[in-house]
Amino acid sequence: MKSKAAKAATGVLALFVLVAVFGPMLAPYDSVATGVSDRLLPPGSTLSDGSFALLGTDQLGRDVFAQVIAGSRISLLVAVTVVVVGGLIGLVLGLLAGYYGGWLDTVISRVGDMQLAFPSILLAILLAGALGPSLTNVIIALAVTRWVIFARVVRGSALSTRNREFVDSARVMGAGSVRIMARYIYPSCVQPLLVAATVQVGLTMVAEAALSFLGLGVPIDQASWGSTIAAGRDYLASAWWIAAVPGIALTLVVICVGVLGDSARDGSDNTKVAVVR
Amino acid sequence: MSALLEVTDLVVAFGDVRAVRGVSFSLSEGETLAIVGESGSGKSLSSLAVLGLLPAQARVESGEIRWAGEDVSAMSERELRALRGEQLSMIFQDPLSALNPSLTVGYQIAEMFRRRRGLRRDEARRRAVEAMTEVGIPDAARRVGAYPHEFSGGMRQRVMIAMALALEPRLLIADEPTTALDVTVQAQILRLLRHRQREGLAMVIISHDLGVVARTARSVVVMYAGQAVESGTVADVYIAPAHPYTLGLLDASPSARDSNREIRPIDGYPPDITALPTGCAFHPRCPFARERCRTEEPDLREFAPGRSSACHYAEEVLARGAAVDHAGA
Repeated sequence: MKSKAAKAATGVLALFVLVAVFGPMLAPYDSVATGVSDRLLPPGSTLSDGSFALLGTDQLGRDVFAQVIAGSRISLLVAVTVVVVGGLIGLVLGLLAGYYGGWLDTVISRVGDMQLAFPSILLAILLAGALGPSLTNVIIALAVTRWVIFARVVRGSALSTRNREFVDSARVMGAGSVRIMARYIYPSCVQPLLVAATVQVGLTMVAEAALSFLGLGVPIDQASWGSTIAAGRDYLASAWWIAAVPGIALTLVVICVGVLGDSARDGSDNTKVAVVR
Repeated sequence: MSALLEVTDLVVAFGDVRAVRGVSFSLSEGETLAIVGESGSGKSLSSLAVLGLLPAQARVESGEIRWAGEDVSAMSERELRALRGEQLSMIFQDPLSALNPSLTVGYQIAEMFRRRRGLRRDEARRRAVEAMTEVGIPDAARRVGAYPHEFSGGMRQRVMIAMALALEPRLLIADEPTTALDVTVQAQILRLLRHRQREGLAMVIISHDLGVVARTARSVVVMYAGQAVESGTVADVYIAPAHPYTLGLLDASPSARDSNREIRPIDGYPPDITALPTGCAFHPRCPFARERCRTEEPDLREFAPGRSSACHYAEEVLARGAAVDHAGA
């Protein structure tokens, strides 16, 4: 992590995480408190009770700044959990498929192919619709759509590592399959897995926003960036700040995670070794 | 002395294609055997079969591999795993690709002691430093934390040997142990192996380098197109080859002592194992070939005590070969 861009991205992400963790305790307003007399006020307005709305209010008079802070909690939580859960499932299935090959690989890969043939957001909508809107169900629905990507990346690495001589040599020294997967195959999968994960963090936040936008995401009393954007859609012409503020936050996080992912890939020792060889 | 390793009529096949076609050899405690042949002659496959580590598409079609009297092909994966590392071990041609790039060499050697001997982490590390010192890695205490890519080729092969010999196995299979190394390093590695040999380690050296074989092994099996075409002691075979292929190999390798001798490559190419010639597999390249060689496949026959050749005209080759001095090879 040497580049300035990576440092800046780390800083911005750290800020978002801090805000997500501590923000709602510090926010001056309740994110769900409505005030009919203070509807659709632009950023910098003074409300009827004399308080100050830094980023304006929405159509129900709720403070947009408070909503974005509250929403960061849900959005980041969903994105990270989905990537971790989907990544773990993908890691295990990808390792098994790549290492053992044969029918196990056929089953895992074909199930993955079938799922990829289907737009993932449709599958997420189907699952979220069937399970009903709740935070857990959104995480489940998105994790189910994400594991394939991780499994494919890991399978590819495992497949190319499986036939490397050091795996044979480990077997000659008497190592068993589990040890070989954990100590010999897994390390070569970490790098591509991390790169895939950073891309997926961004995509997952967008997907969560899409589900919330469609009303299939988290319940209304738990604002997420996606649901705030969805709510602001009808007022884009008259009150752009409702959708724009959470939209900018979302964009910032996605870009920062992407920058970090790139720098993780560029700075990895594995690729250096690969170049030398 | 009873045989430590006994391979009888081993046939290894990829589907319908036989890559190893009936190879036999045996090895006693402390003995060194060399298997010589061109790439694709089945020499590496034979040794992988011994360890039960054939590639997924290959299988032992017939024949028998006995380790200390026990049938290896009848062993379960668990039994095989207990054998590997403890009793038989192997080193590979390219030590960089044979070492795990993501773990330090110290960890990889120490792992043998931790996993198989149940040693604690610090104790295993101490033994790893010892093992590295023993194979001549200078400053082992400091180098123990380095990764494989931080070592030179010769040092890597030493690390590999240290790991392979960590648990004091009875047999070491060395598959082209010095091919990837330059000549001076090669001599050091061979000296290291010979040192272990004198301490009673049995070895199978797989090589295409006749010089390496001459310096390490007592007996030799020459393989061609998946078959053993000649076997005997290194001294006998080098001085008086009894198969045209062996004769060709010796003529084709440079001799340091007799630099005036002309180097004659063997005409033609190794055969495609999916479409072997009829009769003797070597006949299209053989200067001794007659009509009989085209039709009748020769068996490996013992024409003198301890010497076998798979040539119809072994005696003739022997007479021809004896006229030329190959001892310098």
